[in-house]
Amino acid sequence: MINVALDVGTTASPESYLFYVLAPLSVVAAIGMLLVKKAVHSALLLAWVMVTLAIFYIAQEALFLGIVQIVVYTGAVMMLFLFILMLVGVDTSDSLEENIKGLRIISIVAALGFGGLLVTLLSRATFGRPVVGLSVNNSEGNAKGIAVELFTRYVFAFEVISALLITAAVGAMVLAHSQKAKSKFVQRDLSIARFRKGELKDAAGLPGSGVYALHNAVDVPALLPTGNPAPSSISAVLQARGDIIETSNFELKEQTEEDK
Amino acid sequence: MSNAELIGQDPGWVIVLKGVLIFAVCVFLTIMSVWGERRIVARMQQRSGPNRVGKFGLLQALVDGVKLALKEDLIPKAADRVVFVIAPIISTTACFMAFAVIPLTGQVNFFGHTTVMQMTDLSVGVLYVLAIASVGVYGIVLAGWSSGSTYPLLGGLRSSAQVISYEVAMGLSLVAVFIYAGSMSTSEIVAAQDQWWFAVILFPSFIIYAISMVGETNRAPFDLAEAEGELVGGFHTEYSSLKFALFFLSEYVNIIAVSALATTLFLGGYRALPGLGFTEQWLGGWFTLVWFFIKVLGFFFIFVWLRGTLPRLRYDQFMKFGWKVLIPFSLAWILVVSTLRVMSQQGASQGLIATFIFSIALIYVAITTLLDRKKAELTKASREIKAPEPSFPVPSIPNSRAEQING
Repeated sequence: MINVALDVGTTASPESYLFYVLAPLSVVAAIGMLLVKKAVHSALLLAWVMVTLAIFYIAQEALFLGIVQIVVYTGAVMMLFLFILMLVGVDTSDSLEENIKGLRIISIVAALGFGGLLVTLLSRATFGRPVVGLSVNNSEGNAKGIAVELFTRYVFAFEVISALLITAAVGAMVLAHSQKAKSKFVQRDLSIARFRKGELKDAAGLPGSGVYALHNAVDVPALLPTGNPAPSSISAVLQARGDIIETSNFELKEQTEEDK
Repeated sequence: MSNAELIGQDPGWVIVLKGVLIFAVCVFLTIMSVWGERRIVARMQQRSGPNRVGKFGLLQALVDGVKLALKEDLIPKAADRVVFVIAPIISTTACFMAFAVIPLTGQVNFFGHTTVMQMTDLSVGVLYVLAIASVGVYGIVLAGWSSGSTYPLLGGLRSSAQVISYEVAMGLSLVAVFIYAGSMSTSEIVAAQDQWWFAVILFPSFIIYAISMVGETNRAPFDLAEAEGELVGGFHTEYSSLKFALFFLSEYVNIIAVSALATTLFLGGYRALPGLGFTEQWLGGWFTLVWFFIKVLGFFFIFVWLRGTLPRLRYDQFMKFGWKVLIPFSLAWILVVSTLRVMSQQGASQGLIATFIFSIALIYVAITTLLDRKKAELTKASREIKAPEPSFPVPSIPNSRAEQING
């Protein structure tokens, strides 16, 4: 791992050019992610950081890891993020109000703890151990090498993590699920009910709005054969808002002397 | 020599030329497939279709492209300008990138240089296509969000949910192929179909992939992200001129791309039909390109056929189908396939394998019978509406009629 990192710094391989171009872009995007106001922009920049990371993995011959990073994180996890963001609101920017007392202190402590953990783990993983190099591990192909490690040496850890994730998923489902006492009244039932009870005129749908050739729009009630407006032909929302055009202009009335 | 080694020996000019050629073929195919789709759908609907511009209307798509480019390019006031412009670019770039790993021919003589028509041969080539497809969907989702109006947003939302659910089924359908081919590289999967196409031995996987690829490309009957009856134009409602043209282009390139992947994974790729193996040497190997495109265009015809035949699914039905039918079924299928594979590798007797298949069939029948019975009870309970008989004639309702007849 260390050898590879040193190579990048010293040789003028295509890989190092790739690094010089993408690394600043990646860092700028990561900083921008923290600074932009809109949540969707933030998510987008994070997705970009993930893609550049994946490209670095691929450049360092960790092909499988790079591709899976894009499929899982960019493709699925970030897509879920975007879905929630879009569902919650298009224009909501983050509220900076603190709801929990001392949230700032707690988060700083947590961040420092996490950072310390990461640094110690990484240093233990790389320093003071014999480095066999990537070519030995990849001798049977990158995907096969990972598969062998995953299903022999780390099979227990792998299974524990999968059990943890499944527990989390099932827990979320249990918390979010609500049992319906009755089955839902769907379109089909509605249609059957319309025929089963009520009168013949209810069997068909409501009349459409608008008077052809005079004012064909949703804000004007249809005229019945008698010449009177049909209030059921316009949306209740429009009625409540008062966004209705006066129908008297379109009603059938006695022809006056002037019209003739 | 394997494909990966052959490609590794390509000099720079061959790589560049290959890239340009593959790009050109994609654009040409797109233009022709727009024309083809309109003609085929017209035929299915007893019309003529475009037949004025050029012979058989062949130039219609080209003329439409020019018309689109000359239209006014609008960006709505409420739109998020940067994302609004980036979205179609992401969509188009991603769909072309998928072609990099598809082997279009066997070994050919490329201007005096022996190579294969494939840009690169990754050991995880199929996963690469999945990754690129999932990036491409960002274009649609972001287009929906950045337009700053309701219908595109709904289209974008639908699209993101659709992709998450159908990508799972698609990925699972590929697992069986990986198990049988022993590799995730496209060229090795083609080579593994030497004897039998995977569409034959892994038929359920093929069907699941075929269904989810229609869902993945936003095509009828799964075109809920742009359902024109419900959402005006869906995610591209606010787009015009060249930006719309890019979405249009990417939709068709995507169709060709998923068809090409399906051909590679299940129909033996560029290999000739069974019994016509001698044709693979014609034209110095270039004839394999013809086989490849015959298969891809066959898939394209099925896409058009589906569009001409099936009405659009309702959204909840579509989701239910994805999560409650496709995914459980493919999980069960993977279990069966991997068990069979291990059994044959360990040298199990034919009798044991037959017993296994028989018991699986038995379990399947038992489960479906139980499910049917439960469903019948549920429907019976929910359909009992206690209302007086109406005083006017009503059409017969299938369920209650069946109950009357059967008691």
